[in-house]
Amino acid sequence: MSDISDAAVPAVDRPHDSRASRTSARRTARFGGGLRGPEGIMGWLFVSPLVLILGLFLVIPIAMALWVSLTNWNGSANPFGGGQGAEFVGIKNYSDLFFKDGLTRANFMQSISNTFWYVIAVVPLQTVISLALALLVNAKFLKARSFFRTAFYFPSVTSSIAISTVFLFLFGGGVINGFLKLIGVTGPNWFNDDRGLVHLLFNAVGVDNPSWGKAEIFGRSLWDWLSGPSVAMSVIIILVVWTTSGTFMLMFIASLQDLPVEVDEAAALDGTTNRQRLRYVTIPMIKPTIFLVLTLGLIGTWQVFDQIYVMGGGNPNGTTLSPAYLSYKQSFANFKYGSGAAMAFVVFAIIIVLTSVQRWVLTDKDDRKPLFGRRRKGASA
Amino acid sequence: MTKNASPLRRFLTYGALVLFAVVFLYPFFIQIATSFKSDADAANSAISLIPNPFSGQAWSTLFGGGSKSVAFPTWLKNSVVIALIVTVARVFFDSLAGYALSRLRFKGRGFVFAALLAVMAVPGVALLIPKFLMVNYLGIYDTYTAMILPLIVDAAGVFIMKQFFDSVPVSIEEAARMDGASIFRTFWSVVLPMARPALITLTILSFQGSWNEFSHFLVVTKGTPEHQTLVTGLASLTSGQLGAGTQYPLKLTAALLTTIPVAVLFFSLQRYFIRGANEGGVKG
Repeated sequence: MSDISDAAVPAVDRPHDSRASRTSARRTARFGGGLRGPEGIMGWLFVSPLVLILGLFLVIPIAMALWVSLTNWNGSANPFGGGQGAEFVGIKNYSDLFFKDGLTRANFMQSISNTFWYVIAVVPLQTVISLALALLVNAKFLKARSFFRTAFYFPSVTSSIAISTVFLFLFGGGVINGFLKLIGVTGPNWFNDDRGLVHLLFNAVGVDNPSWGKAEIFGRSLWDWLSGPSVAMSVIIILVVWTTSGTFMLMFIASLQDLPVEVDEAAALDGTTNRQRLRYVTIPMIKPTIFLVLTLGLIGTWQVFDQIYVMGGGNPNGTTLSPAYLSYKQSFANFKYGSGAAMAFVVFAIIIVLTSVQRWVLTDKDDRKPLFGRRRKGASA
Repeated sequence: MTKNASPLRRFLTYGALVLFAVVFLYPFFIQIATSFKSDADAANSAISLIPNPFSGQAWSTLFGGGSKSVAFPTWLKNSVVIALIVTVARVFFDSLAGYALSRLRFKGRGFVFAALLAVMAVPGVALLIPKFLMVNYLGIYDTYTAMILPLIVDAAGVFIMKQFFDSVPVSIEEAARMDGASIFRTFWSVVLPMARPALITLTILSFQGSWNEFSHFLVVTKGTPEHQTLVTGLASLTSGQLGAGTQYPLKLTAALLTTIPVAVLFFSLQRYFIRGANEGGVKG
């Protein structure tokens, strides 16, 4: 709201840039003046940097990459020449990912499996924790509110690489295991442990690679698909939940502060418990924000890259590979750019499909809203 | 209203908050402590918050240029130069485009805005190879141009500025225009001064974004120190490409120095950060 009041004191007569006024006089003369006269030209002039840069480094390159994903470009020839090292191969790069037995498919399917478990863990955790933090910080009687809000949000603004470095030390340098030792637990060798958490659960009840797990889906056995995130991947899960919760907490705080107080008061007068108010009043009213957080979470998690790059690059045993990282490695380390580009487009498709499905599932029929349609106000207080 | 919460409820709320605060802040404190530890101390008493003995070795290695493989001063210079150029350019170009999309009537405006929204929906992971291809095609691979030029406009920033201008009444600008001020003059001397809060938010988001940028620099340069920033340099140090061994104090000090500028900005301009987070700026 302070935007508007600041805006009410304009500095109309700031005496700078006399050059602009001179050229404008010329321009007005040329276009014959008129309040809306040169808007056509000026409009395009104003958006030209946007159109040029995004066209040159985003739109056209995507088209180029789509073409490269249909070739076997090796990085040295001209990718668009069609000659040796850049031959057109049709959809081979895509079909190989799914149907051709080999290392590429095995790696790709493992990366999909890893990331599937990663998403299953991160999205609910970050949503629940950020909502819990928002509710706590929003408690009416709370003092030092801004201290807590700052503490929770700070990790979100730091570099993902710097934070990954810190977590490498926490888990790999003995800090976490040092604390576990204090309570008499021997911590695992986090970054070298490729055991899947769901496998460990199965093992605990005496099941280990049973005969029903031998069936293969896209060349990967059912048992392997069911591994769950590896111990090493769990560190990345913890890291990402820890860094993203602050941002989502702010979104929840903003929407909690938008709630009309009367409804909550009326519910309180009706003798409801806190738990009932949360379940039947608060949660339904902030549903659009929950939806937004889930969607942003889903989009973000499928792209996990920076953390993987720093924390072992797929090790141990490929259990921290993500398709984004694999696509990078396939292109820039193995020089199979066509295959790498195809992987990137498959991830792109997965994200679009999942967010559409989620949108369809989570929205009431009579309550469909565009994803960014609701204007959120800045958090105050 | 629920000011009269029960003592038990207060106790539990504060207890939970303090516990969370420790979990969120402890890593930063241990990071600072470890940057003043010796390698042996960092390995033997990892959880201690007090360095024993106190050692400035990690800091002198970074700034003294003693270790050849860690070109820290070069990384720092690149980070500062690139973040400054990108921030200034972004704030200017984003507000120009946001203003035009909000206020100026020109043919194709609807199309440009629709394209902007479509572009914002493209996940960044799908852009690594495309960016490399274009940079390669233009012959600017492994140059500052390739590092900076693609970043000088960003779709989300234009969107934020457009939203802001949409929320400001048009009457003051119209008065200026009636008085004969040109479109650019009106934009520069009347509109921009009014847009200060949004400009500060955009400045912060741009600086934070370009300072923390990683994958873009990774794919458009060879990764030699000449074109490394603090973030890409730190990544190569941490992922072990520089043969640095464990050396946690060194790595954590480099990470700390990467964090400090954004942290200073964050603690001094917090409310603008928070506004930024709520206007759709979200970390990937």
